[in-house]
Amino acid sequence: MEDYLRYIPHTEEDVRKMLQAIGVKRVEDLFETIPAEFRLSRPLNLPGPLSEPNLLRHLQGLESQRPPHFLGGGAYQHHIPAVVSHLASRSEFYTAYTPYQAEISQGTLQAVFEFQTLMCQLTGMEVSNGSMYDGASSLAEAVLMAHRITRRKKVLVSQAIHPEYRKVIQTYIDPEEQEILLIPYQKGEGRTDEDVLVKSLDQEVSAVVVQNPNFFGVVEDLQTIAERVHQEGGLMIAGFNEAIAYGILRSPGALGADIVAGEGQSLGIPLSFGGPYLGIFTTREQFIRNMPGRLVGETVDLEGKRGFVLTLAAREQHIRREKATSNICTNEGLCALMATIFLSCIGKHGLRELALMNLSKAEYAKKAASRIGGCRVAFSSPTFNEFVLEVDGAPEKILERMRTEGLLGGLDLSRFYPELDHHLVVTVTEMNTKEEIDHWAEALEKVLNPPLSPFSKGG
Amino acid sequence: MVKAMGKIKDNGLIQDEPLIFEQGGEGRKGYSLPEWDVEELEAKQFIPLHLLREGLDGFPQLSEIDVVRHFTRLSQWNYGIDSGFYPLGSCTMKYNPKINEEAARMKGFASIHPYQPESLVQGILRLMYELEGYLAEITGMDHVTLQPAAGAHGELTGMMMIRAFFEGRGEKRRRALVPDTAHGTNCSTSAVASYQMTEIKSNERGVISPRKVAEQMDENVAAIMVTNPNTLGLFEEHLPEIAEIVHSKGGFVYCDGANLNALMGIAKLGDLGVDMVHLNLHKTFSTPHGGGGPGSGPLAVKKELSPFLPIPVIEKEEGGYRFNDNRPRSIGRMKAFYGNFGVILRAYAYLLSMGAEGLKRASEMAVLNANYLMMGLKGSYYLPYDRPCMHECVFTDRYQEKHHVSTLDIAKRLIDYGYHPPTIYFPLVVKGALMMEPTETESKEGIDRFIETMIVIAKEAEENPDLLRQAPRKVKVRRLDEVMAARKPKLKWTGDREDNNQ
Repeated sequence: MEDYLRYIPHTEEDVRKMLQAIGVKRVEDLFETIPAEFRLSRPLNLPGPLSEPNLLRHLQGLESQRPPHFLGGGAYQHHIPAVVSHLASRSEFYTAYTPYQAEISQGTLQAVFEFQTLMCQLTGMEVSNGSMYDGASSLAEAVLMAHRITRRKKVLVSQAIHPEYRKVIQTYIDPEEQEILLIPYQKGEGRTDEDVLVKSLDQEVSAVVVQNPNFFGVVEDLQTIAERVHQEGGLMIAGFNEAIAYGILRSPGALGADIVAGEGQSLGIPLSFGGPYLGIFTTREQFIRNMPGRLVGETVDLEGKRGFVLTLAAREQHIRREKATSNICTNEGLCALMATIFLSCIGKHGLRELALMNLSKAEYAKKAASRIGGCRVAFSSPTFNEFVLEVDGAPEKILERMRTEGLLGGLDLSRFYPELDHHLVVTVTEMNTKEEIDHWAEALEKVLNPPLSPFSKGG
Repeated sequence: MVKAMGKIKDNGLIQDEPLIFEQGGEGRKGYSLPEWDVEELEAKQFIPLHLLREGLDGFPQLSEIDVVRHFTRLSQWNYGIDSGFYPLGSCTMKYNPKINEEAARMKGFASIHPYQPESLVQGILRLMYELEGYLAEITGMDHVTLQPAAGAHGELTGMMMIRAFFEGRGEKRRRALVPDTAHGTNCSTSAVASYQMTEIKSNERGVISPRKVAEQMDENVAAIMVTNPNTLGLFEEHLPEIAEIVHSKGGFVYCDGANLNALMGIAKLGDLGVDMVHLNLHKTFSTPHGGGGPGSGPLAVKKELSPFLPIPVIEKEEGGYRFNDNRPRSIGRMKAFYGNFGVILRAYAYLLSMGAEGLKRASEMAVLNANYLMMGLKGSYYLPYDRPCMHECVFTDRYQEKHHVSTLDIAKRLIDYGYHPPTIYFPLVVKGALMMEPTETESKEGIDRFIETMIVIAKEAEENPDLLRQAPRKVKVRRLDEVMAARKPKLKWTGDREDNNQ
């Protein structure tokens, strides 16, 4: 009992002396400013306290099983080098607050500066902030920023972006200021329908939001879209879920994006049931003062030595208060550090090879699937490490049966796209071995084309 | 032959460390990928050439030990709670228990995909559902969402819910009242959520008076956003009366719960008339701040506001827990997936380790420490509100001003003595604020030493003020030129060559 005292060092003697110094008799006297009728007379109804061993036992009872899986959709299983978790576990990093006092926060500050540089290189943009909450809120903030810049009302949002991101944008915008128009995807190709997009473009459009690769894993042609939106004076916002793709894909900046907002979880951050992840936000230099989020800049100290500080705070909540570009304050600093360490290890050639391996394995799985009766690759466009499979039968049932074969075969698309009610998104990363992919194909074959038994009625 | 280029310095253990981009070389490797067990394909077989990149210009090429030394050195220029006393006001820099870190790394949590079928993640859903219940109990609220990723995100969620509540009734309330002792984010949150803000001035006792609120309150005000205890470390003693005034005109009371560390098991905000409150798990519930996140900002609300909670919500049914997306009055989603689960899990572990009595003890000792610190510094620094405080206290530099020494100088001098400075120049209601929050995890000896140091610094301000003005000296870098950083922003490494990243 009272094991919690390991976190609270006061002995009874300490408490006595401290009360005496303050000039009160009892600890309760310190709370006299709280009106008596509101002070609790009964203890809170909470479990515990648990000892450390008991806590661990309890938590082990809550852990989930981890069958091999082919899940993606905005969260990806990639190998995290041991270096990443070891270095990010240095408590000088993880037990520090936001680096308000630059002289004793140079570690965090230099790392964020390096992160900003890496994000500019990866996305082909000129400036990056220090991170956002996640890909979805980052994309939503990009839409708000485009409105601040253009003061135009309409936003064209591709239906092929992550459906949850779309919902977050919807929540973030003020419907009196901004209006979302959904641009459909081309049925056979899974790409954003450029014809519809071009027809919807006019001088009231503040931005076009396209994700690359999109939620179907399809590689979009940002260049054409960017050219068209720029002709009308709007901005191109490029989103992404899977940062590894940029090991081979041309950067959104090079294709004409004005704001790039996406998810960096793939860069060394554990799946952790959906968070914490890493919102990435980069843009062009001309929009720097409209950007949300923290920025680290290089400067010198009074001896002329290079150092780093939080800068351009005049955009931020603690200075501008109600005129701030965003209310974001605490962001995802440690996740940005993890991405920085990850990219430092993986480097220039590693990221490319990793991306190729993802592509190659996904193509291998695609090929295997194309040999199976009762399913087909739904979209003809090129993909990166995930693809949509159309199946004969209810996807929910098929996935459930694959589960009895010991794996999670993909993501049921119908929960996001009612019209894609026979469709799965299948994600294959470097973590899925050939053996695992073969097993996946066998399971799929077995479920779709069950071997005839004397008792089955066929079909 | 190696030649000395004049760059070798005898800095001892404060090592110089160039940027990651200024090290390594072509062909050096720090990664290990799985074996190629499928055919290696070429991207251009599948993807049109104009959508493929040539390379990753500027990207590092290092071996593993280069990376390890780089980030180890960087970490040594940092200061965390594990390094020493961190009295950063309103940030509740308490000890971050190590067992929580281990819990977050357990494979059955850390490696779980958010789209794993519900039937396979029942333990995780139970954990989240239970934590929601515990936070509701601590705050005296009815329902909790764990979705917001940080305190300010929780605020935004709350203010959007209030907006949805009024819009659902065909009302357009566009005003929000924010006291001058509230947190900085409150103002920007109300602006982002499209409210016009009216500031309420605190009175001579440092708290809000019901009369001031009554003057501003009308049927166009959606909510008042209070911070309790406020940023002066004072309990808003008239809150119940203020809540009545706001409620009588149909408005809501939003509470910024960043300072909850003073109140656990002592009083429930719900009993005081608060309708919604966000919590900072990375403050009150011991999860590490990570040098600027990730945090977690759950929002607790009264029944009346529950229908507007973001989706999905976790429900307990016969046979297990599930996510419910089908909530027609919900404001929608605030982020992808379900919240910063890794942070939520740490807070859950902390809460179970503490139990009801541990949490109450934590609040009691946090308030004891703050009052003890306040008494210890009273003669040496000016205390603008000389009355018992809650979990933090606010001093100013008024006594030091005559020696031309400012709050900034005092803060920087503390670094030379091995401390993290307090929050400075906040709250704005006092000039030159030094806002100190010791938290309950600091021992009496530790606070005694800090008090002694602060007294020494006050003396130095009189006798040798240059020591303060020149501080800090014993650090990696001296005071930095922030004006230059803002005037000519350099936000990334550009190296010698032109930026050419296609």
